[in-house]
Amino acid sequence: MGLGPSIIDVFLEYWPIFLKGAIGTLRFSFIAVFFGSILGCLVSFLRLSKIKVLETVSSVYVTVLRGTPLLVQMYIAYFFLPIAFPIMNNLSKVTYVLIALILNSSAYVSEIIRGGINSVDKGQTEAARSLGMTAKNTMIRIVLPQAIKNILPALANEYIAMIKETSMAGTFMLYELMYTRVLLANKFLIWQPLFIIAGIYLVMTTVLTYGVRMLERRLSVSD
Amino acid sequence: MIEVGDVLIETKDLRKSFGDLEVLKGINEVIRKGEVVAVIGASGGGKSTFLRCLNMLEEPTGGQVIFEGNILDAKSTNLNLHRQKIGMVFQQFNVFPHLTVLDNITITPILEKKVKKEDAEKEAYELLRRIGMEDKANEYPRKLSGGQKQRLAIVRAMAMHPDIMLFDEPTSALDPEMVKEVLEVIRELTRSGMTCVIVTHEMGFAREIADRVLFIDGGIIVEEGTPEEVFEHPKNERTKEFLSKVL
Ligand SMILES: Nc1ncnc2c1ncn2[C@@H]1O[C@H](COP(=O)(O)OP(=O)(O)OP(=O)(O)O)[C@@H](O)[C@H]1O
Ligand SMILES: [Mg+2]
Repeated sequence: MGLGPSIIDVFLEYWPIFLKGAIGTLRFSFIAVFFGSILGCLVSFLRLSKIKVLETVSSVYVTVLRGTPLLVQMYIAYFFLPIAFPIMNNLSKVTYVLIALILNSSAYVSEIIRGGINSVDKGQTEAARSLGMTAKNTMIRIVLPQAIKNILPALANEYIAMIKETSMAGTFMLYELMYTRVLLANKFLIWQPLFIIAGIYLVMTTVLTYGVRMLERRLSVSD
Repeated sequence: MIEVGDVLIETKDLRKSFGDLEVLKGINEVIRKGEVVAVIGASGGGKSTFLRCLNMLEEPTGGQVIFEGNILDAKSTNLNLHRQKIGMVFQQFNVFPHLTVLDNITITPILEKKVKKEDAEKEAYELLRRIGMEDKANEYPRKLSGGQKQRLAIVRAMAMHPDIMLFDEPTSALDPEMVKEVLEVIRELTRSGMTCVIVTHEMGFAREIADRVLFIDGGIIVEEGTPEEVFEHPKNERTKEFLSKVL
């Protein structure tokens, strides 16, 4: 029996499958973080609002989504949403998993934004308000432009983390990188794809991490 | 129209607590148009808190602040309009690092007073010329010295055409060689008739420019009077003790 074909042989023969998987991973991660960011913005503003009820609701939302495993959230989205909300019945299976990814990401992003806003010196807000600037203009024109320097790199890191997290979506037949394992297992290739998959993840996260570091350097130049 | 000598800002039994700590214990004070008031006192006595209550950066827990006849209310939207007329200069400058010197000055007049951009910039250049910084108009604050930042903060407040200026230890964060240039700008301002309240540890400066001196300690005004009365002939024991340490 032996080990079978080498990693290189498998890669050379099936690289289009891995490529498609990698593109799927990048795409699902992007969709999750993109929509997660929009939702996360809303959540963070609720959390920073001085209205007690909104503050509590958003804080519970963040705690639950960060305190439970993503895989469990995916299962719940996959099996529970279609039953609980019949309107969602004819959505594709991909959508349920994406909903879980987006909600999960929004919780992390809202913390990133909250942290970014809190990292801006309180004196900035005080100076703006003492000039007579409204709370809204102070946020939009003074605080957020300064917070963005901390928020952007953290968002990019969230994207990198999400690339690894989406590997769980393969469980639900989503065509991402980890799912290629299932495809090739059908051809009795068990161990080689795993190393190839690991290698591709490593390349993607390393390259992106390097990119984030460049971005951070760029942003800090203006300090 | 407010005439010189009219009451500009008044506090009635002003109180402020942080949790269990009562920092201001009932301050009654009247500041008139054109006056220059220096506030002195030991660290922790409540000087900053008093100043910050005047524009509601700290919300009082008791009493009233009456500005130009209006009771200030931290929750009212009118507060923004009143604040436009109460300039404030902080120890830590708090210039906006993401905006150029010019934009630091013009952003609030343009946003909140709907001043036309070109008018706001014209005035900003005029203000910068007065403090000798017109060549810095397009720089970002990171390129400025501490003294330049603080002068920028002062003209940024001036651009709103305030009726009163509050200074909280404007030179305490500066290197010694930059103190003079900032004091000079403040001196100019007081000469132009601007009403000023200045918290300071620069006793010489307080004595020189103030019409009136307040000595705040333990959350109350312990003594007040002309610089001569307070510095030369203090009546209260606590004032004497404080002055003997700092003079
Ligand atoms: N936001 C706050 N929360 C809790 N305590 C505060 C707060 N701000 C001030 N205090 C306390 O109130 C007291 C008075 O502070 P304040 O800053 O008014 O004193 P100060 O006279 O300006 O002193 P300094 O000369 O050191 O600036 C201090 O004991 C301080 O610790
Ligand atoms: Mg102080």
